[in-house]
Order: sequence, then structure tokens, then C-alpha cells
Amino acid sequence: MMKYTGQSLLRSGATILRNGTGWLLPALIVLAWEIAARTGLISPNVMAAPSAVAEAFWRLLLSGELVRNIGVSTARALSGFVIGGSIGLVFGLANGLSGLSRNLTDTTLQMVRNIPHLALIPLVILWFGIDEEAKLFLVALGVFFPIYVNTLLGIQSVDPQLVEMGRVYGMSRTTLFFRVILPGALPAIFVGLRYALGIMWLTLIVAETIAASSGLGYMAMQAREFLLIDVVVLSILIYALLGKLADSFARLLERLTLQWHPAFQTA
Amino acid sequence: MSVIALDQQTKPARPVKETAEARALRETPPGQWFPYAAPKPRDHDNRDIAFSFRGVSRKFGDKTVLDNIDLDVPAGQFIAVIGKSGCGKSTLLRLLTGLDKPTSGTLTVNKGLEGENRTRIMFQEPRLLPWARIARNVEVGLTGIAKGTEAREKSLAILSEVGLADRAEEWPSVLSGGQRQRVALARALVAHPYILALDEPLGALDALTRIEMQHLLESIWQQQTFTAVLVTHDVAEAVALADRVIVIDHGRIALDLDIPLERPRRHGSPELARLEGKILDTLFGEHH
Repeated sequence: MMKYTGQSLLRSGATILRNGTGWLLPALIVLAWEIAARTGLISPNVMAAPSAVAEAFWRLLLSGELVRNIGVSTARALSGFVIGGSIGLVFGLANGLSGLSRNLTDTTLQMVRNIPHLALIPLVILWFGIDEEAKLFLVALGVFFPIYVNTLLGIQSVDPQLVEMGRVYGMSRTTLFFRVILPGALPAIFVGLRYALGIMWLTLIVAETIAASSGLGYMAMQAREFLLIDVVVLSILIYALLGKLADSFARLLERLTLQWHPAFQTA
Repeated sequence: MSVIALDQQTKPARPVKETAEARALRETPPGQWFPYAAPKPRDHDNRDIAFSFRGVSRKFGDKTVLDNIDLDVPAGQFIAVIGKSGCGKSTLLRLLTGLDKPTSGTLTVNKGLEGENRTRIMFQEPRLLPWARIARNVEVGLTGIAKGTEAREKSLAILSEVGLADRAEEWPSVLSGGQRQRVALARALVAHPYILALDEPLGALDALTRIEMQHLLESIWQQQTFTAVLVTHDVAEAVALADRVIVIDHGRIALDLDIPLERPRRHGSPELARLEGKILDTLFGEHH
């Protein structure tokens, strides 16, 4: 490994450059935006300048308000994700592996899936008020379906020839599951995971904007009350960053576990 | 299962009493041995039976795929099963490997020396686990037999036999079709099977890789002592590799032909061509 340090340095430089090109357009937009705000092309009542947003960021960071709200929102998002995701995974696995379980539950789940989960907000507020449970419930419900559907699909699309091979070679059901079925379903499960992460933030934003007493969405709504447009823009930007962060994490996990997949192999 | 009976029947009998023939042979000078000549080199009755079909039939609904098959295959024999598509040759193999059960008749598979029935099948496709490295894929062949370092050592040893020792840590996706099929062969052989069933394993390979694989298969079969059952639709391949060729037509054995030729056999030799012609005549008799 050490012998190729020069080469690998070059390669990582190229990687940074390649990843960097994705940030080129956002940087240009921010620059144009700042210029437009400074020259008075955009009224400060409509949109805060990037510098103003940066100021708001610094102010809220120092007061500790920002960190607290990000913490609250992230905790909500992740716990909702874990709850909904694990239930979705369990149902997906059960229905993929057992015909009985599928016959029993799939129709019901498909019906529930077709209700937009955000349509349940009034009902959820009646049930849980604006407490944590309401947000957790909505996030969990939103995350459940992409994970469930893709896990089921993944298991159903595992190559039956490989399963037959495993049986011929005397694999037990457990071995067959862990060595053949689960790895085969993993790419589809990851697709579900990334969808679910998107839905997780979306649901949380909506839920916090409508009914909350803390969190990023609450911060944005409070700022709107006091016409602090810089803070509103800041909250939106932070949502974007958190979403990107979650997606990058999922990609990293994907790269680590799907090394065998031709799509993830570096030449 | 009459496995035990088979074992006893085919074991060399202890010389309790000398038979009249043996006595005559002992007392006859070598020059006059003609009536009691030594057995033919491939005399099936002298060896253990690897498996036998007795009146085996397999029906799918109304359709009879295998019709009253009787077949004894001695241990260590290389037998090729030929037939047109849908003649039931793959079903025969599925019965042999336990993937399917006969509708009627009995199927006896002898157990290997270690008392375990190790019948392995090699499919037309390599069927490697894409998410397991090559050595790990070969270790699948040792499921329930060996683990850890022992399994790793065995799989590396068999990989070097098929000429892929240096690819042990690679993913299957980077290998060529022929190499993947060699990994599949290594996986089938790593536990030293008693019977190796081959379901058109070379069918999807290009002509040159195919000949290479035939040579590899033949040399490994000669080194190890397994019974090989090769299902193929390639008559030339069958006569080049097998000791004995079975032609199946409409669910019955239409021809049972010994191929008593020396190895290694040369592709395109007149004897092979003659036997090939005989088999083709059986397959397409009415059109010739």
C-alpha cells in the first residue's frame, strides 16, 4: 500500500475534484443571490442575503438555540426512523419469506400505504396533541412503507437458482437466509432506506411546522411570526444539509456492504 | 433403502470354498487359459454400484417424463446421458440428486466411504454467490462438513487444482464465464463427492473454453475417484469424456453404449466419429 502513496494521493485528489463539481452550482447560486441582495434586486422582505443568513447562523449558534433545535429534530427523525424502519424490515422479511404471512397482511398494508400519511395529521393531533408521540408516529409511518415495500421486493427477487443451489449444498434455513437471501435482498433494501430517509425529513418538517414547541420546524415558524426571514432561510438550508448528510451516510453504508456489486467496484 | 444389501453383494467374497472354475483355472497352464480369460477391463459387475434405478418413473400430471428406467452405474464410472430437449435427462439428474422424487420405482444411491451421501450437482450456470469472494464460494461446498481454517485450506487446495488459486480473494463478477464455471466445479468437488452430477455444465461456454473444461474435468475425474454423470446434448462431448453413454428417448433408455477407448482421447478420431454416428442414428433413426 505504502508504495503507491503518490498514486493514491493523486487518486484522492481526483476524487475530491469529482465530488467538488457537485458543489460548484450551489456556490454559484449563493454568489448570484448575494449580489442580487446587495444590489437591491431582491428586497430584504422577500429573501435574506446569504451574509444575513450566515449572521443569523452565528447568532443562533452562540445562543445555543440552533444546536438544541437541531438536536431535538435529529433525535425525533432518527427515533421515528428506527421504529418505522425496523417494523417495515420485519414485515418485509416475514412477508418475503412466508406465504402465509404475506397472504395475511399484505393486502391490508397495501391499502394503508395508499393513504398519504400526512393526511393523518389532524387525527394524529387529536390522538397525541403536539407531543413527541405525534411526530414519532408520523415519521415512523412515513418511513415504514418504503422499507417494507423494498425489503419485500428484494427478497422476492432473490435468484431462485441460488436458493436451490444453497439447498443442494445442505444449507440450513438460517444459513440460507444469512448467506443467500439477505445479501441478495440488500441492494433493494438500500433503495428503500434512501427513500425512507427522504420521507423522514419531509414528514418531520411538516409535523414540526404544524404542531411543535421545539425543533427546526418550530424555529422556522417562530421566525416567521417575528418576520425574521434570515432564520427561516437558515432553517430551510439546515434541512437541506441534514438531508444530504443522511443520504451520504446511506451511500457510505451501501458502498461498504455492497462491495461485491459491479456497480460499486472501483476499477 | 437396500444400500446395505448392495454393499454386501458387491464386496469381494472371502475365499471360503474354491469354485470349480477357479480350480480349473489354477490347474490349467497359462497358455490354455482361453475359456477363463481375465475379465474385460471395464467389467461393471466387479465394482461397487454407485447408484441404481429400478423401474423408476416420473410423471408430471399426465405426462410421463421418465418411463420405467432401469440403470446400474458402477462406482467410478463416467457416464454420459444424452437426449433431445425435454426427453427427461435433467429429470433423471434431479432424481439422482434428491431435488425430485420418483413417482414409482426405487432409486438407490450408495453411500460414500465416510458413510455420507455426498452427491454434488454442477448446474449449467455457475450459480456463485455474487456477494462472496471466490474462496468463500468454494467453501459453500463444505457446508456442514468443515469450517474456518480447515475449510479455507481445502478450498484453496481445490482452487489450485482448477487453476484459480490466485483468484481466491476476488469477486465472481470479475471472472470470465469459463473461470466462474471452474469455481463451480471446485465448489462441487471440494467435499470429495461420491457422485458428481453435471447438468450441461459446459453448455453456455464458447467452443474453446469448452474443450479446455472437458480436459480439466477428465483429468480431475481421473485423479479423484468419483462417479460422474454428465447430462449433455453434445454427442461429441459425451463420447470424448464418458466410459458409457446412455441415450434417453421418450423417457426410456434407447441405447446403452460402452465407449472402451483409451484416454486421453483425440477429438475427431475415427473411433469417436463411429460411436458418435451410432448415437446420432439412435436419436434420429427414422430420418437416416
